[in-house]
Amino acid sequence: MKSARQMGLVACQYCTRVWPGETKICGRCGHHIRSRDPVSLQKVWALWTVGMMCYIPANIYPMLATETLVSSQKNTIVGGALELGRHGAWGIAIVILVASVLIPVGKFMAIAALAFGVTSGSRLKPHTRQILHEIVEYVGRWSMIDVFVVAILSSLVQLGSVASIHPGRASLYFALSVFFTMLSAQAFDSRLIWDADAPPEPDGPPVKGFGPVSQITPDTTFDFPFSAGAATLTVASATERRAEPPFSDPQTRKDSPT
Amino acid sequence: MTRDMTQTDDRTPQTPGAIQGHAPADLAGMIACPRCDAVFRAIEPAPNQRAICTRCHHVLIAPRRRAGKRIIAVSMSVLILLVAASAYPFLSIATTGLSNSSSILDAALAFTSDGLLAALSFVLAGLIVFIPAARAVLSIYVLAPLVLDRDAFPGAPFAFRLSEHLRPWSMAEIFAIGCAVALIKVADLATVSFGPAFWMFALLVLLVVVQDNLACRYSIWKALGE
Ligand SMILES: [Zn+2]
Ligand SMILES: [Zn+2]
Repeated sequence: MKSARQMGLVACQYCTRVWPGETKICGRCGHHIRSRDPVSLQKVWALWTVGMMCYIPANIYPMLATETLVSSQKNTIVGGALELGRHGAWGIAIVILVASVLIPVGKFMAIAALAFGVTSGSRLKPHTRQILHEIVEYVGRWSMIDVFVVAILSSLVQLGSVASIHPGRASLYFALSVFFTMLSAQAFDSRLIWDADAPPEPDGPPVKGFGPVSQITPDTTFDFPFSAGAATLTVASATERRAEPPFSDPQTRKDSPT
Repeated sequence: MTRDMTQTDDRTPQTPGAIQGHAPADLAGMIACPRCDAVFRAIEPAPNQRAICTRCHHVLIAPRRRAGKRIIAVSMSVLILLVAASAYPFLSIATTGLSNSSSILDAALAFTSDGLLAALSFVLAGLIVFIPAARAVLSIYVLAPLVLDRDAFPGAPFAFRLSEHLRPWSMAEIFAIGCAVALIKVADLATVSFGPAFWMFALLVLLVVVQDNLACRYSIWKALGE
């Protein structure tokens, strides 16, 4: 298996189209493409640092200010969760602690580990690091839950002197921290994880171009986990396949896909 | 790592000769894994089958039967639900004669009282209502001509790329979970109940999941053509 870079090609990460190595803009989707962004890791670290800098005031300033007839108190993220715990609502306290402390801190560590793994090697398998990156990208947005809770409470609990809740300054910093860590995770190019695994071809440099495609076909098989029968299909057997186009009924489609 | 990159940069000016001798059609039939850069010759799987990168196990192609029509139907429902859910209250609170109810736009605009926090209000309104709505509109714009077997609308590739860009920033489902958390949080302070908009949002969460599972990037890009 060869990467596009090894073949002297450049791939579009948006639409998966492959182009000759010098292509700058994808002809199919218009995305700016480059084989590898030389400053990708710098971007990751810059956004990571800003996210971290926002996360500190997010934990120092109050997240919520609650005023009731008998009391008035301001709670930080951790303080608010512990307060809920003291009232017996441990389930919800754990949800908030996971979303606002465990996930953000774990995310900072995971992104740092991924970036370090590219520069100085990693003991983890590429596939493990790939899964780590996917988890970070998927889970990162869920940290916003606490900001939404603050917004909901602030708009809902407006009962005059009986009870009212106002958002604290920490909600802004917390939201910014989530945004910047999301951007940091997005800036990380997961292809860098696999590059160490696929050094340029030992038999002749790839500078000679990528050669006839037939050279790469033997190991370019696809897995069809849900297909009855063969687990993998080779290129030759698949050319006879006629898949129903997903966007129109075959009988109404005028141009036949080639 | 840095050395490898400079190699890439160095060799690009030297390759055109080799590339010109190559039929562009060959490249059109190939697919590169966006996660690990492995190149494959694309074989379109039958509906409900998936083509998976053999190197990193990323799902490359996952076409669904009549995905276009179904995505359009789901997108329209999302739009209708968003408009309706924005107008009705999603939570209401009552205690000792006092009551208040809050709609989604109320919640998003909760921060307007404070100057610095006001910016956050507009961002939240975007994340909860406008970005999910924009994604639904963009999906319909991109897919409607494809389903009707017409030429794609002008700017369709840009519209689809924008829709994919917005995907991680569409946070309606996170807001729905936030509602449940908020309900429990103030339960001892007052009587809180779900309004009609909450159930619309719960339905919306399901629809967004369906929409994301139906969409196969590769099939849509292929249908949009070059
Ligand atoms: Zn592209
Ligand atoms: Zn892959």
